[in-house]
Formats: sequence, C-alpha cells, structure tokens
Amino acid sequence: MKVPPGVSPADFSEALKQFEDVVGKEWVFTSDDDVDLYRDSYSPVWSEKEEPIPAAAVAPDGVEQVQAIIRIANKHNIPLWTISTGKNLGYGGSAPLLGGSVVLDLKRMNRVLEVNDKNHYALLEPGVSYFDLYRYIQDHKLKVWIDPPDPGWGSPVGNSLERGGGYTPMHDHFDAVCGMEVVLPNGEVMRTGMGALPGSETWQQYKYGFGPYVNGIFSQSSLGVVTKMGIWLFPEPEAYVSGTVMVWKRDDLIPLVNVFAELVSSGTFRGTVVLASPLWFGPPDAELDPLRISGSVKDLEEYGARKRIPFWSLPLYLYGPTEVVAAQWEHIKEKFSSISGVAFQEGPSYRFPLSGDELAKIRDTVPLGVPSLQIFSLLPPRSQGHIGFSPIIPMSGEALIEALTVFEGVHRELGAGRAVLTILSSFPRAFVIIDLFPVERDVEKNRKMREIYRRLVKEAAAHGWGEYRTHTTFMGDISNTYSFNNHALRRFHETIKDAVDPNGILSPGKCGIWPKRMRKAEA
Amino acid sequence: MKIAGVGLLLAASLILADAAFAAPPDREQIERGRKVYDKWCFPCHGTGLGKPGTESLAARGQKPAVLAERTDLTSPMITQFVRHGVLFMPTFRKTEISDADLDAIAAYLTRNNKQ
Repeated sequence: MKVPPGVSPADFSEALKQFEDVVGKEWVFTSDDDVDLYRDSYSPVWSEKEEPIPAAAVAPDGVEQVQAIIRIANKHNIPLWTISTGKNLGYGGSAPLLGGSVVLDLKRMNRVLEVNDKNHYALLEPGVSYFDLYRYIQDHKLKVWIDPPDPGWGSPVGNSLERGGGYTPMHDHFDAVCGMEVVLPNGEVMRTGMGALPGSETWQQYKYGFGPYVNGIFSQSSLGVVTKMGIWLFPEPEAYVSGTVMVWKRDDLIPLVNVFAELVSSGTFRGTVVLASPLWFGPPDAELDPLRISGSVKDLEEYGARKRIPFWSLPLYLYGPTEVVAAQWEHIKEKFSSISGVAFQEGPSYRFPLSGDELAKIRDTVPLGVPSLQIFSLLPPRSQGHIGFSPIIPMSGEALIEALTVFEGVHRELGAGRAVLTILSSFPRAFVIIDLFPVERDVEKNRKMREIYRRLVKEAAAHGWGEYRTHTTFMGDISNTYSFNNHALRRFHETIKDAVDPNGILSPGKCGIWPKRMRKAEA
Repeated sequence: MKIAGVGLLLAASLILADAAFAAPPDREQIERGRKVYDKWCFPCHGTGLGKPGTESLAARGQKPAVLAERTDLTSPMITQFVRHGVLFMPTFRKTEISDADLDAIAAYLTRNNKQ
C-alpha cells in the first residue's frame, strides 16, 4: 500500500478506516485499479518516477463529510488534494502535485442549489459540470446563459477557482464569482461576502460583504475547500452578431490592437477573441511554410496580398438587443476603418432562443453559451493529450509580435518545429498566448517537451511575461518567476498558509506554496 | 503456482459460463444505459457536428464511427476504454461513472450485437 510521505502505514490505515466511517467504504478508494483512475491522463511525466501517484481517494457527499475528512487528515497529517470534477486536463487532471496525497474528490457534491433568472446567478456545488448546469437551465426553461470554457465537462466552481475563461461577456470566470462557502483547514465552515451575515438575502448579488475581501485567497489556492459558490450568469440575449476584421501587413497589428483595446476598455466589446495570423501561424501549407521559416515578413505579406490571406484576423462576437448589436458592429467597423486596407467579413448572426435543429448546424456552440467538447476536434486524431504554456502578454501589437517571435524562436532553437500559438483575450486589458504542447506516453518525448516548456518560462519571465495558470508539473517553475523583492509574494502566501493550515494538509505544493513542514525538502 | 493456475482456470470457466448463459440485458437496463451514455459519452461520441470522439474514430477508419451504432463492441472493451482511456480520451472515475452505470452503458452499446 502506498502511503503519504511522512505518514506511517499504521496511521494511514487508521485514517482510511476513519474516512470510511464518514463516507462509507464504497467511497474510499485504495486499490491500485481504483487509484489509477486518479492519474493524470495528460501527464507530462507519465510513468516516470516524478509522476505523482496518489495513495488513495475519498469522495464526500456533503459539507459535513468534508469537515470530518479534514479533521481526520489533521489528526494524522494526511495531505489532501482537492478536485471538483477532476477534468482539469492539461493542468493536472485529477492527480495531485505531491505523490502519496489522498485525493479529495468532490464529484459527488453535484447539486445545482439555485439558478435565478431574474437576478442572473447560480449557487452550485463543486461537482456540478458545465454540462450539468446547462441541462438544469434547459430543463427548467430559465432565460440565462452560462459561459462554458472550451471543454464543457469541467466544473464552474473549479474553473472559476482556477481563473479560467470562456467567450461570452461573462468570460472572466473568477470575476463572475459572488459568494463562497469554504471549509477551512481546521474543519470550520466559513461563508464569504454577504454569506457571512446569517440569513443574508444578497449572498449572490453583492460580492464584497464587509471588511477585507478574501475570495482571492481561495483561488489557485490551498487554503480551503470551496463547497458552494455563487456565479453570475448572463441573461439570454436577444441576438448575436459576428464579424471578422482583417488586415494585411504584419505591423497593422499595432493599430489593430490599439483600436481593440479601446473597444474592450470602453465596454463596447465584451467577449473573448481568438486573434489569429492565418499567414504566420495558420495550418501547415506547402507553399507558405518555406516563407514562414525564412522569416521574411515582406515575402509573407506579398504572398498574403496575392492569395488574399490576411496577416491578422480578429473575429468579434456581439451579444444583446438586435438594434444594439447591429449598431455596435457598425461602430466597430468605423473604428477599424482607420487602418489602411482593412477588410470586414460578416459572420453568422442568430436570434435566441435557438431550436435544437438550429443548434445542431453549429459546430462551435461554446460562444453561444452551449457547452461542448468540440475543442478536442482540433487535435490530431491520434493525439494523446496536451498541456499549455500560457503567458499573459500586454495588450499591444508590439508586445504580441515580440512574444510570438521569441516563443517561435525557442521552439526552433530546441528543434521542436513550428509552434502552435493561439492569442486569446480571455481577461480584460491583456492577452494570453496559449502554446499547446502534445503529451505522449513516451518518456523521451515528454522529457524534451519539458525542456522546451521550462525554457519558454524563463524566456517569458526575462521579457516580463508570466503564466496565468499551469500544469502541476510546472507550478514550482512558474512560482519561481514571480520573485519580486526576494519572493515577497510567495513568502506572504507561506505566512498565510502556515497560519491557517499549520499541519499543511491541504494541497501541498499547489502553485509553489508548500507548508512549513515540507518547505525545506521541496523548495 | 498451482493455486494461481486453478484460479485462472476457474476465472476462465466463469467467463465462458457467463458468456454461455448470460441473459440478454433487459429493456430497463438498456434504457438506463442510454441515459448514462447520453450524459457521459454523447458529447464526444454522438452524432452531429463537433463530436471529437466520433471524428477521431472516423479518421482512423472505424465504421460506424458513432458508438451507439456499433454492433461489435463488448463489455470488456467498453470497460477498458472508460477506465483506462485511449488517445485523448481520459479515464473516468467511479465517482463519475459507477460500475453499475458502466454495466448499463455496456448493455446499451451491445444491445444490437448478434447473439
């Protein structure tokens, strides 16, 4: 039997027995076959000695059971790694960061506690998936939209806590959080915001409550187990209009982003864009690839002009009353018209609600608030998974060109071929570049991939760019780059960690934050 | 070794017995399986646009690529894929798809197999 580090087999057996008393024998998983189900299917260290295999898993069905498990873990110094739906693939899936941890699997806590379509919010347990919430809203004929991220099998609670993003005007998921219930590392239940007021009628309507606002310290965090969360939803819009802005020179990106930033900051545009360069980063092309490799911007631009392939394309989605979105699109075209040669292409437009037949004709329903798994269709048919390097980049054309050049250069220098780089505006006022890496069940390929990944982290940090989120394998690497004033931020996190979780039982090592008893060994 | 050998023989005979005498799944079990399949499998393996499992199987020449239309799947194959994953399909834990739900999925996906 695998045991948590520093825990005796006898103590672990006693803890497991006590877990069984709390949740029932059926929901404590200790056999190799059952524990294997918690391995990260997209692990970049699959079958290597670094792969963090858990010792067991325990699946509570309510907040009282979570409290009891945490108290037992404290008594026996058992490290717990919390997952909600466990589908955080690309970032660690359902596996812990520290091998030998016990996975605290919250999937059974899957109740939609409330959806309000007058004030547009939901109160959810962590095991609810985007698919579950969407079905609940459809079944109850409620006039609200959710904002799914690309794969819909994740948890709104978990994705918001990991600060994920979607595509509709509610795309910044942590920004849409309103009120949490948290089991603290001592087993006590706390409610944040207005939830701290007994009988509060505005827990999901006013975020801040009274006094210091603490929601942030429970995101990407190991300071508590969130057992309920309020999220704001989007009222079903009347209409959707889409269109693409296309420009033809590489340096047209600079005015393009300037106009885009103004549209975002003014609230004229409220969704997420996927800013693409069909010329520079488009699909493999026998004629184009040699030009891309040569690095000649002039040659690329001439090719693009000849074949009518834009250097940059910016697809925009607008949601709201029919007349308003039509006027927004006209305004947006007027603003971008200052760029020489700019062209516009009208995209699909819809009136809501869509019928099932209408929805069935749309490949990517995610920007319409309908969860799906279609993003996996973009992977090669024999893909074994992926992870993403995802640095936050300034919202300027100059910075984007520099970042894309630097990252592509690293890929080439280390013999990794052309990078697959996607530019997203998932968060206000900045871009995030997603550099997707394939993971395989091949030790040597994964070792090479990790070398490239770590080099990218260093290059990005040297330019002032840091990742917004990462796979558990690289959490220490990313944490090391956020080092201002001799790691003042991490030392502050450690101070809080030691104060609220003195036994260091919750998610040790998450985001590079280790409890005191493990710090010397792991830092 | 002898004991292990006896165990293997016993297991093999039980499997054969199971294959020989197992009653076809009842309608209720198939209906339960359809519901579990719709929830957990359809978003990837269903019909229509944006179903990556179906597209991946089609790209690899599997016919029909929609799992619910197959007549050659077996319960052990289905268990293998759900519990161990394949390519970009991850594993599914027992808190997601219980053993009983997995049996129901198998009943649904093998409902049209020739006996």
